[in-house]
Order: sequence, then structure tokens, then C-alpha cells
Amino acid sequence: MNSIHDMGGIHGFGPIPLEDDEPVFHHEWEARAMALRMAMGAWGKWNLDAGRHANERLSPQQYLTLSYYERWITSLADLTVEAGLLSMDEISAGQASGTHDLGRDPINAEGIRGVLKNGRPSSRPVEVAPRFQIGDFVHTNKDSPENHTRLPRYARGCKGKIVLHHGGHLFPDTNAHFKGECPQHLYTVEFSARALWGAPANERDSVMIDLWDSYLEPA
Amino acid sequence: MSSGHHHEDDHHHDHHHGSLTHSHLPSDPVLRVKAIETLLTQKGLVDPAALDALIDAYQNRIGPQIGAKIIALAWSDPDFRAELLRDATKVIGDMGFTGLQGEHIVAVENTDDVHNVVVCTLCSCYPWSILGIPPVWYKSEAYRSRVVIDPRGVLSEFGVDIVPEKQVRVWDSTAEIRYLVIPQRPHGAQDLSVEQLAALVTRDSMVGTGLPKTLGEAT
Repeated sequence: MNSIHDMGGIHGFGPIPLEDDEPVFHHEWEARAMALRMAMGAWGKWNLDAGRHANERLSPQQYLTLSYYERWITSLADLTVEAGLLSMDEISAGQASGTHDLGRDPINAEGIRGVLKNGRPSSRPVEVAPRFQIGDFVHTNKDSPENHTRLPRYARGCKGKIVLHHGGHLFPDTNAHFKGECPQHLYTVEFSARALWGAPANERDSVMIDLWDSYLEPA
Repeated sequence: MSSGHHHEDDHHHDHHHGSLTHSHLPSDPVLRVKAIETLLTQKGLVDPAALDALIDAYQNRIGPQIGAKIIALAWSDPDFRAELLRDATKVIGDMGFTGLQGEHIVAVENTDDVHNVVVCTLCSCYPWSILGIPPVWYKSEAYRSRVVIDPRGVLSEFGVDIVPEKQVRVWDSTAEIRYLVIPQRPHGAQDLSVEQLAALVTRDSMVGTGLPKTLGEAT
């Protein structure tokens, strides 16, 4: 979807907010928000892509008003309601009505350590041969899908070159909407800075973007 | 994939209206997180010990000291460096440092001719398993929007000035591949131990927004 989360190339956000000796978390509530979001993900009611899409579905005004961890906790509330784990009445009242009926216990500390260690690899076997080889030139599509997608707007309709092939990876555009993992070949595509931003860019510079097969056509 | 009409029955889920729960939650972030944590705990959906384990892991165990160890080895052992460049996921996995948000890793090396810098313009993807939680600047609107269009200007705000003759490659982490920059080894560091080398490696140098400490700075 074309929204504010897709920030590459926007002007006006000012200088980079640098901070010496930055703590891991600035406030206890930030750590709690992170932990709640990650622990709730372990129920498997949504996946990583659906979680990202929940952040993107904040309105642009909400997205820019909320800080990083406020986005996390707000979209977590949205995800829990959409998954039927909490009701809007419970959210509004700030009071739970009864306990969950999922038939198992929530993830415990040992389970968390397993998730941290093993992660959730996105690589998947793909039956078809890759359409592109290293060095091939490609065009990105110009679609403006309303669904979750990982082709940034600043790189749509641009010509680039395949520089890495990562094998098959599940496809966020379908996975985020629970329409299947639908794995595709994943490539890194190099775009010259001038192709993306025009003449003021340094002619040597480039931007490398990881893109799935269906974002690309031969150039 | 192309834009279409909203279906009547989608009305309540219309993406463009933003968060379902935002206006029903306390606006103060402390109270907002507390409200969600209270609901999820009452409901039996989270185990407080799991939350503590997550926070402990990122506050005390998983951080840039892991990445620094990897870089120090790459600086001291040419075979290790070659393997890291060839298959970082395998090498780092054998060390026990792949994991959540570090399932697939590609190492890219800075040279006399190329400077690499990493961003996620769409959200804030970052190699958590080897660098820990991303700093505020990495997650900021300013960094995400600007580094792809003006990498040299952004780098100079970090105190890193790249000569025009050197190529800047910006890696936009749009998939589940996480990028680790191998900075150039400081001059005069060839005789240092791996531990001494690791002390020169900064977090920002592994993202590409900084340079390693010089020998003088380390003492």
C-alpha cells in the first residue's frame, strides 16, 4: 500500500537524531511493548508480514504521531482484536472478560529462548528455475497495490541489475494477508542512484534492494 | 495487485481509516502499554516470565559485541573473512549467532573503492541476532527517508565523509536478508589480538554509518 511507512526519498524529516551512549531502551514501557509484541506473536495467530502490515495500516497521521514502540503496542492491540484474542469491549473497558480458550499455555521463558535462537527463516523451496541470472537487467513494475508489498515506491518502474540471488523466500504480499506463503525467487537488484534520483546523485552510487521475482520483468 | 474498489463488507476494515484501537486506548504511552499488558495478563495470554526473558536477552546478552567478535575474526583470519563473504549465514550460524531477525545474513565489505551502508526504508529491519535492538536513529523517519536519496549528506552527519571518487552502496533491507558491513581494518591494527580488534569495532561501523575506532581512540 502507498502510505507513510514507505519513506525512502521523502524530504523534510530533518537531521538524524543521534545520541551518545544510547541505552537499549529509553523507558521501561518501551521494553514491555517490545516484549508483549514478540511474546504475542508466538501464538501464531499472525505472521511477521501481517505484523508489519498492521503497522502500515495505522493512518499516516497516526504513524507519524506515534513513536516506534507506540506503533508496536497500538498495532498489537489491533492484531489481537482482529485475531479474536481480545474484544473491542475489553479494549474500551480496560478489563478482560474471562480467560482465553486456546487450550494451551502462552509461551514461557524457555520457549522464548528457543525463538530467539532459532528465529523464523523465510527461505522456502521453489519448484521453478530462477528467471534471472546475476548480471541480468530488469525493470520493476509500477503497480500501486493496496496490499502489503516490499517494493518501495522510490524504486517502482526503474531499471536495475541483478547482483545476488537468495533462492526461494516466502512472499510477503500474500503472507501478510494469510493467503499463503507462495514462495518466489528473491534477488538483490542494484539501481544506480541516478536512475532513482536523477542527475544530482553521484554517478558512482547505487542502492541495492531485495526484490521478489513477481516485482520484476526482463529489461 | 492493482488498485480496486472497496467491497461493502470490507467497510469496517478499510485500511485507510487506520488503527481500530488507537482512539480507544490511553494516549499516554506508559498507560497504553500498561492497559494492553493488563488485559493480556488477565486473559492468560502472556506469561510474565517470558516477557522478562525477552527483555533480559536484549538488555544483557544480544548486542553489538556479537557482531564485533565476527568482524574481529574477519580482520584477523583471511580464510574466515572469505567464508563470511561467501556464506555469512553458515559461518555465523556455526558460531551460534543466527537467530530471530538474523536468520539470513549477507556480509558486505568496505574497501578503498566502496563504502556500504544499511537501511530499512519500509520499517526498521536490522540484524538483531548480531547487533541487538536497533538504535533510535536507525528507526527514525529522518534516516529511513534520507539515506537512500542523500547517503553522503547523511553519512557526513555521522562524521563520515566519503570522497566523491568512492562508491556508496546503500542496502535497503526489504526482505529477510540482514546485512552486516565489514568495515576496513584500522591502520596499524595488524598485530592486535582478536579481543583487541573487537574493541575497535563500533555498532555504527557494522551498519556503515561509522568507522571503527583508531588505535589511539581505543586506548
